[in-house]
Amino acid sequence: MRGAKSAKWVAGAIVVALSATACGGSDSGDTDAKEKGKPAGYVSIDVGEPQKPLIPADTNETLGSYVIQSLFTQLIDFDADGGIVYTNAESIETKDSKTWTVKLKKGWKFHNGEAVTSESYINAWNWYANTKNKQQNAFWFEDIKGYEDVHPAKGDPKADKMSGLKAVDDTTFTIELSKPVPYFQYKLGYTTWAPLPKSFYADPKAFGQKPVGNGPYIFEKWDHKKLIQVKANPDYQGPNKAQNKGVLFKNYATVEAAYKDLLSGNLDMIRQIGPKDLPKYKADLGDRAIDQEYAAIQSLVPTFYSKTFKDIDPKVLQGLSMAIDRDTITTTVLNKTRTPATSFTPKGVQGNQVLDTDVFKYNPTKAKKLVTEGGGVPGNKIWIQYNADGGHKEWVTAVCESIRNATGVECLPDAKPDFQTDLEARDNDQVKSFYRGGWVADYPLNVNFMRELYGTTAEANNGKFSNKEIDAAFKKGDNAKTLEESIKLYQDAEKMVLEKMPAIPLWQYRTNGGHSEAVDNVEVDFHGDYQLTGVTVKK
Amino acid sequence: MGRYVARRLLQMIPVFIGSTLLVFAMMYALPGDPVRALAGEQTVDPAQIAQMKKDLGLDLPLWHQYLNYLGNLFQGDFGTQIASGRPVADIISDAFPITIRLALFAFTFTVLVGISIGIFAGLKADTLRDRGLLVLTLVLISIPSFVLGYLLQYFFAFQLGWVDPNVSTEAAPGELLLPAVVLGSLSLAYVARLTRTSVAENLRADYMRTAVAKGLPRRRVIGVHLMRNSLIPVVTFLGTDLGALLGGAVVTEGIFNVQGVGYAVFEALRHREGATVVGIVTLIVVVYLVASLIVDLLYAVLDPRIRYA
Repeated sequence: MRGAKSAKWVAGAIVVALSATACGGSDSGDTDAKEKGKPAGYVSIDVGEPQKPLIPADTNETLGSYVIQSLFTQLIDFDADGGIVYTNAESIETKDSKTWTVKLKKGWKFHNGEAVTSESYINAWNWYANTKNKQQNAFWFEDIKGYEDVHPAKGDPKADKMSGLKAVDDTTFTIELSKPVPYFQYKLGYTTWAPLPKSFYADPKAFGQKPVGNGPYIFEKWDHKKLIQVKANPDYQGPNKAQNKGVLFKNYATVEAAYKDLLSGNLDMIRQIGPKDLPKYKADLGDRAIDQEYAAIQSLVPTFYSKTFKDIDPKVLQGLSMAIDRDTITTTVLNKTRTPATSFTPKGVQGNQVLDTDVFKYNPTKAKKLVTEGGGVPGNKIWIQYNADGGHKEWVTAVCESIRNATGVECLPDAKPDFQTDLEARDNDQVKSFYRGGWVADYPLNVNFMRELYGTTAEANNGKFSNKEIDAAFKKGDNAKTLEESIKLYQDAEKMVLEKMPAIPLWQYRTNGGHSEAVDNVEVDFHGDYQLTGVTVKK
Repeated sequence: MGRYVARRLLQMIPVFIGSTLLVFAMMYALPGDPVRALAGEQTVDPAQIAQMKKDLGLDLPLWHQYLNYLGNLFQGDFGTQIASGRPVADIISDAFPITIRLALFAFTFTVLVGISIGIFAGLKADTLRDRGLLVLTLVLISIPSFVLGYLLQYFFAFQLGWVDPNVSTEAAPGELLLPAVVLGSLSLAYVARLTRTSVAENLRADYMRTAVAKGLPRRRVIGVHLMRNSLIPVVTFLGTDLGALLGGAVVTEGIFNVQGVGYAVFEALRHREGATVVGIVTLIVVVYLVASLIVDLLYAVLDPRIRYA
């Protein structure tokens, strides 16, 4: 007996040893899923713990959006050039840009079998917009007539329905806006506009932990701070049907750790390579490296209430812009993770244009000349505020160096310990001269980079820029008859913006990621996110 | 003995309250608003933020918030996270088991290897063997843990392929070996040096000469007489060390993707999740207090001359 028992132990030890080595074996040749806990045919990506429960209108950060996008399908989506692709909608039509008629595709179902109808959309949007429900993205519904009733500036809502939303029949409904918005259908592509099944209203809190959507993937499990697992929806009828069997969203403590797992074959896709691995990731990954720009812009935003920039001559700002050597900084300090900006809008959005100007080109002599002509910087000193927890220190220092050398204006980095503190200073108008601004397209249209940032009343206009002519130009764009005309008018407005310089665009972001040998067809959308539905597993 | 333990346990209450108050006040004093930050650079609705703060009780003055927190704590409620709405107790029960496992691994490694090296060196003090081991421990002390971590990871995971570079979310024992060795190696060096000095000194003590003169076997002389007396400084060190290990190690956890206490506190601090930080730090304080109590009790076991009343 004794002998038998110890033999068993030895056998057990061998099994343990074998399984221990199996997961550490080399990653060439064998393409079967060797990743622990990953069902066959699934793909994995480093998407960490979403900040909030998974409710479409309460999610505005990248991680949560990734999961929401896989579970829900809105009326429309966008292609790589920012063009509209109809997903759940059959058509969205308008005659006056004020009343929009939406026809849904027939036969769509939520994952629980409930049909997706006009009511699924209308009730969801009413719920999202209601003040009482405290949804982060409630403001997205502000164009709709009756928004003030469900979301007054102060106090309790007067109604629980927006009067602008009316169901015509099961698959047709109309949206009436409080004023014409020619590009309204573009907004509908944002994840917030997703429909909700009836089961949601019974217990929104439970739904947030176990969402039921109408999208290409069905929710399987959420193991907090570890992973979220979704499986392909076999009955999905949209154009973006999943080409894999499911997705694992895995949480990593650091990007470096995720990269190591990618190299050792324990992760299929990495969204962003950490600074430490950037210099060598292309050599490591070869054609599996992903390097593509997306619709987001980083800029220096002057605060027009500060001592430095109060009533400043825009020439000074143009001069400062020309004092920044974007090409050198993006290739050296930033390791080619950004593309120098050439306008106020990024490539990949509709209406992006080449501005006929040299304001974004490095020219130290002209920079100095413009700054002097404009009367110089008061105090001859500027600060650039940034958050020290976001990896910005290096480029801010380099930009300052560039400005100082070219114009002789003293430039100092003004570090705030983290993003929260940075935001607080911006909200309370305490920025000394510039702050670091970053803006990712909500919808791929130049409007999103103009009106939302530089309109006098725009909420994200923390620089407190205000110019009547530019406001009027934006208004003209909003009143355009057609989308094309609106884009055109906003392009004209951008040329006026260039004369006033409410921000100094620096560069456009790039996605620097990669994928493992086990998967293929990894594409990036205009947000810089991977299109998970198209990813295929290599056989 | 019983009274002593009871007194020590009672003393923990003021320390506990004091430390929670301190951490709570520090979180309150930090600039930056976690509720506002949820919106990021997007549009914010001040009315909505005010409403959310009111619901979370974050609009109250510090003393009121603290009393609410303590009140809930005594009912076993650690509070909820601001962003995710998850109970802090869940966060703690996710993170602590992993850290405890890692700490025990590292601790066992430290104790076994450290004390063995110490005795081995101390018995033959000032010989080549002793000097060699001293140099080895010196090297371990002077290498920062992240260097050692990356080095071992590179060697064992990427060159030899024996282990996975990262600890997966299950944190299986096999995966924790490498991080445990890295985590334990610094303490190992200290333990080895402490043991060595202590052993070398006690070898010359009177009771040792007596024991040898009595004709006791060498194993008993070293194993009982020498070891018991030599271990007092080592045990003191190990006690606080265990507390430190259980408090999480942000650097090592980061290198090996161990999602334990260190990572949890770091994340919570970054997102200004006050209740989470206070909850975890309080638990770490309690762990320290208990560890030091156990050390004090062990003194009596090791040295019969020490008595507690």
